[in-house]
Amino acid sequence: MPKGKVAGLTGNEAMAEAMRQIAPDVVAAYPITPSTQVVENFSQFVADGKVPTNFVTTESEHSAMSACIGAAAAGGRVMTATSSAGLALMWEMLYVASGLRLPIVMATVNRALSAPLNIHGDHSDSMGARDSGWIQLYGENAQEAYDNALMAFGIAEDPAVRLPVMCCYDGFTISHAIERVELLADDAAKKFVGAYKPLLPMLDIKHPVTYGAVDLQDYYTEHKRQQVEGMAGARGAILREAERYAKLTGRSYGHFATHRLEDAEVGVLSLSSSAGTMREVIDELREQGIRAGGLKLRVFRPFPAAELAAALGHLKVLAVLDRADSFGAFGGPVFHEVRSALYDAPQRPRVVNYIYGLGGRDLSLEEGRQLLRRVKTIADTGKVDSQYDYLQVRA
Amino acid sequence: MTTATTTPLSLKELSKKPEQLAGGHRLCAGCMHSVIVRQVLMAAEQPVLASCATGCLEVATSIHPYSAWRIPWIHSAFENAAATASGMEAMFVSLKKQGKLPADADYRFIAFGGDGGTYDIGLQSLSGALERGHRMLYVCCDNGAYMNTGIQRSSATPLGASTTTSPAGKVLPGKLQWRKDLARIVAAHNIPYVAQASPHNWLDLMKKVRKALAADGPSFINVLSTCHRGWRSKPSQAVAILRPAVDSCYWPLFEIEDGKLTITYKPKAKVPVTEWLKLQGRFAHLFKPAPNEAMLTAFQERVDFEWERLLRQESCGL
Amino acid sequence: MAEKKKGWKELPLGGAIPGGGTSHAYVTGGWRTFRPVLDRKKCTNCMICWVFCPDSSVIFKDGKHQGFDLAHCKGCGICAEECPKKIQAITMVEETEFKNEGVCHAEG
Repeated sequence: MPKGKVAGLTGNEAMAEAMRQIAPDVVAAYPITPSTQVVENFSQFVADGKVPTNFVTTESEHSAMSACIGAAAAGGRVMTATSSAGLALMWEMLYVASGLRLPIVMATVNRALSAPLNIHGDHSDSMGARDSGWIQLYGENAQEAYDNALMAFGIAEDPAVRLPVMCCYDGFTISHAIERVELLADDAAKKFVGAYKPLLPMLDIKHPVTYGAVDLQDYYTEHKRQQVEGMAGARGAILREAERYAKLTGRSYGHFATHRLEDAEVGVLSLSSSAGTMREVIDELREQGIRAGGLKLRVFRPFPAAELAAALGHLKVLAVLDRADSFGAFGGPVFHEVRSALYDAPQRPRVVNYIYGLGGRDLSLEEGRQLLRRVKTIADTGKVDSQYDYLQVRA
Repeated sequence: MTTATTTPLSLKELSKKPEQLAGGHRLCAGCMHSVIVRQVLMAAEQPVLASCATGCLEVATSIHPYSAWRIPWIHSAFENAAATASGMEAMFVSLKKQGKLPADADYRFIAFGGDGGTYDIGLQSLSGALERGHRMLYVCCDNGAYMNTGIQRSSATPLGASTTTSPAGKVLPGKLQWRKDLARIVAAHNIPYVAQASPHNWLDLMKKVRKALAADGPSFINVLSTCHRGWRSKPSQAVAILRPAVDSCYWPLFEIEDGKLTITYKPKAKVPVTEWLKLQGRFAHLFKPAPNEAMLTAFQERVDFEWERLLRQESCGL
Repeated sequence: MAEKKKGWKELPLGGAIPGGGTSHAYVTGGWRTFRPVLDRKKCTNCMICWVFCPDSSVIFKDGKHQGFDLAHCKGCGICAEECPKKIQAITMVEETEFKNEGVCHAEG
């Protein structure tokens, strides 16, 4: 296998590199901060003839996803990128893409939703889309964003899956910060992704197919049940692609990654870039004799409930970090699902929820320390001061 | 595949081609939408892939598992028939360029939308697709209201028409605004081909479809369509009722080829627009109990103004 | 429409309907209250009725009127209305006159 290279790239640049190597047949996209750079870089690849892609510069994100849907149904590989309000404007079409079982891959650069207007990173956008039928992979850094993109089509196009995939990573802290990224050699990446095998392509004019028919009471339920099965199939496909990828790169992925969790008493679960901060804090506290551990959730859809229950059941207290809130509920979206996953476990920890990092507010090491000490106090006293709380907020 | 010969636009010859819209769809008896689709697809010489906006046409022709379409067809949402078709066209171009489709593959892309999905909620998507220059034809089946949801006014609804959201009442005489001039808006995108047509003049419509599909870029045809439910007219007169719409010059038949306008049909005698209005229950309140002279005069004056402008535009070679 | 509906394991993914024109199997002829009846002696095979039929239900073969597809004709009466006034080869007759005979079923 030819050697790849190591480069200093932003998350967006790494994503654009992945897209160059995948060389989708069509990319349809609209600019929005902070994902814009992905399509800027990609359009340069198009302009320089480095990819055969037909790049469609739509007049809105709604049309971007609509064009992706038309292109994918026509019978080829399709990608796009968006963030925040752009994802929100696609909302209607997200459900259509998954409902029509089109394996589109989208870089979702996480950003807060208005109002008030804020262009910085949090998970309000993709968490709001958690029920849209898209597979959601969260990357901690530029490397993971790149790796997830390369694995995404193998998952999306699996005949047992046939669902679109969002490759999420944090706005600015990852999208715009330069990191060391190991890239595969172009031909190795191309070989890994493989050739596309379309299912019922519209461009096969000898076999006309109707997409998006009206589905009434007598069929809609069956088609939704099929989608459940696609998500179920994704669990295996995600692990299979991770295994194939590990053989190629030595970098291994699963539904989640743990850090010193096995013998931990208190744990913290988070997604994306904050996981690295929490690993640092865990190592520090371990030196102080506190048995802390961490879990970084990579796959939020399909939600790996059983695996999480098995990995977290032994803890005394688990803190779930949510970088988005679900207003009027009793906690953030990740908290709800994790706590629900633990409910039937033979042994389960107390689970508390902290909302953090909204609108790009950085989670510092010191805040991480305070958070874990708070969790340790709960473990020691058995008393929960607040099951659902905001960190980093001024009174 | 490239078609070497062109089917003459005679009904006898056209009827030898396979019917592309099957019966068994559930459009109302006497709906003009399917007549328009049949005529459009009959005129096409190349294989056609279509997208369709949400609306009567889409709903009634695709109730799972019964699709009336014998061509590859997709519906994805209400406001995006143009964007969806542009995606299909983009994929076609890409795969052909990459050699993933035969080099002689010669397909056409048509987006169908109603007036609500085109004049209103789909206007941005249409504008974007036109500006990007996809080789596709957009056909607007304009019956002048949101008929699928129960006859609500759209920006295509004629002045004075009573709809369920612009009802004629004790103080209001139906819709207060003139319709949006969509063909002009589309023409402002400077695309190769724009036309307005009516299915009662099938030959004119089919000629326009041929030209639109031959254009090397986006094309657009606005087609008047009868909805007897919304117009409150007789189903059997669905074709006949279109003639006074055109003969009164409310709905002129014209085309704009590379910026040059040609009126393709000039009535020998321009009939008063009331000849069209009085056939429709949606305008009944303008005639009974007493004629609403102000509204009827305003309607006629606007029709005359638009028609004169069209004639001037044509005579100037614009 | 008595056929057994497919379950979720058998249906094509995402509500796709492979094969064109499956609506042909759906009978809309029952909507009709009036039936078009052709007077072959009067018919000049001008095909005007064919081009204006919303339900693709006027059958022509080799340029000759073959009658109507009664499984799909909804009886709108456009054909009768548009048949040239000097010819008037089509009349709309109330369905009750036929005592349900000839309401054919679509082929599969």
